[in-house]
Amino acid sequence: MAKFAKKKDGDLPAVSTASLPDIVFMLLFFFMTVTVMKDSSIMVENILPNATEIKKLEKKDRVIYIFAGKPTKEYESVYGTETRIQLNDKFASVNEVGSYILAERAKKPQELQNVLTTALKVDKQANMGLISDIKQELRKVNALKVNYTTFEGDAFNNIQ
Amino acid sequence: MPRRKGAPEVNAGSMADIAFLLLIFFLVTTTIETDAGLDRMLPPIEPPDTDVVIKQKNIFTVNINKNGQLLADENLMNIKDLRKAAMEFLDNGGDGTCSFCKGKRDPSSSDNPSKAIISLKNDRETKYGTYITVQNELVGAYNDLRNREAQRLYGQDFVKMEAEYLNPETPSSVRDELKDKVKTIQDLFPQKLSEAETSSN
Repeated sequence: MAKFAKKKDGDLPAVSTASLPDIVFMLLFFFMTVTVMKDSSIMVENILPNATEIKKLEKKDRVIYIFAGKPTKEYESVYGTETRIQLNDKFASVNEVGSYILAERAKKPQELQNVLTTALKVDKQANMGLISDIKQELRKVNALKVNYTTFEGDAFNNIQ
Repeated sequence: MPRRKGAPEVNAGSMADIAFLLLIFFLVTTTIETDAGLDRMLPPIEPPDTDVVIKQKNIFTVNINKNGQLLADENLMNIKDLRKAAMEFLDNGGDGTCSFCKGKRDPSSSDNPSKAIISLKNDRETKYGTYITVQNELVGAYNDLRNREAQRLYGQDFVKMEAEYLNPETPSSVRDELKDKVKTIQDLFPQKLSEAETSSN
């Protein structure tokens, strides 16, 4: 192996790291463009149920979120352990849902106001009574398009 | 003193470090996933002007009690069997007007897929997870039947066609073509899933 023997006198040539910043910048720009900042912290337990027949919620600007579930540990002492509704960053009662939807709708551009979807992110341990109340409120303000947000997975895992 | 060499070169060795720092920040804050779920339409609150009389045999009642047990068409049923039962009901074609149905043509069950209604009722104490499972199975029953018809007419799955139609990245020429197909299939098996108000007892 004469070819390899030649090198024994000289040091290994340093690998050029001049293009490293370019590569890192490329990655950086990728993540910068795909990043969506979380706009609200979730204050309720939010383990969504599983379902298989799901549709993707395209276009986040057309979605209004409603969270529901038991308050998490840190809020338990103040708000108890009953299932609660969370709108934006605070807990709310059922009759505030309607005005919240109207307020959110008014914030959106005119052309989107008729195509809004309400995404219900509800913990799978919640009772249907509360959900029915929310649905009733949504019907009152004519927000009829709802999406029960779920994870993708076997739906029978929900009933254990 | 006159400069002999022009501007001194800026040391760019730490640029990579700065870029890495930013990169790691965005890596940690990124959430790429999009939400997905079951799309449903709620009924409008004002009742329709004319009272429509619906034959009892065209309604498939699904009742969930607070223990998560299921009563489908007066029979206690396991949730796992619900999809099949719903498909049999929708696909029945009792009065013979449905040319594409492959059901039993049982005269005591639904007349035609366009008349068949599934009514879902639940208790106030039903768990949300159970409710979603039932919803999922019922939507699944519709999707399975629609897939079957889409395979027969166009040689592809309805769910796939619909997803492509709804995807904003699909070119509009393809979308226009899909629109008619999706509409045709939807009309064959219209999704009539009524959610009655919950019972309080």
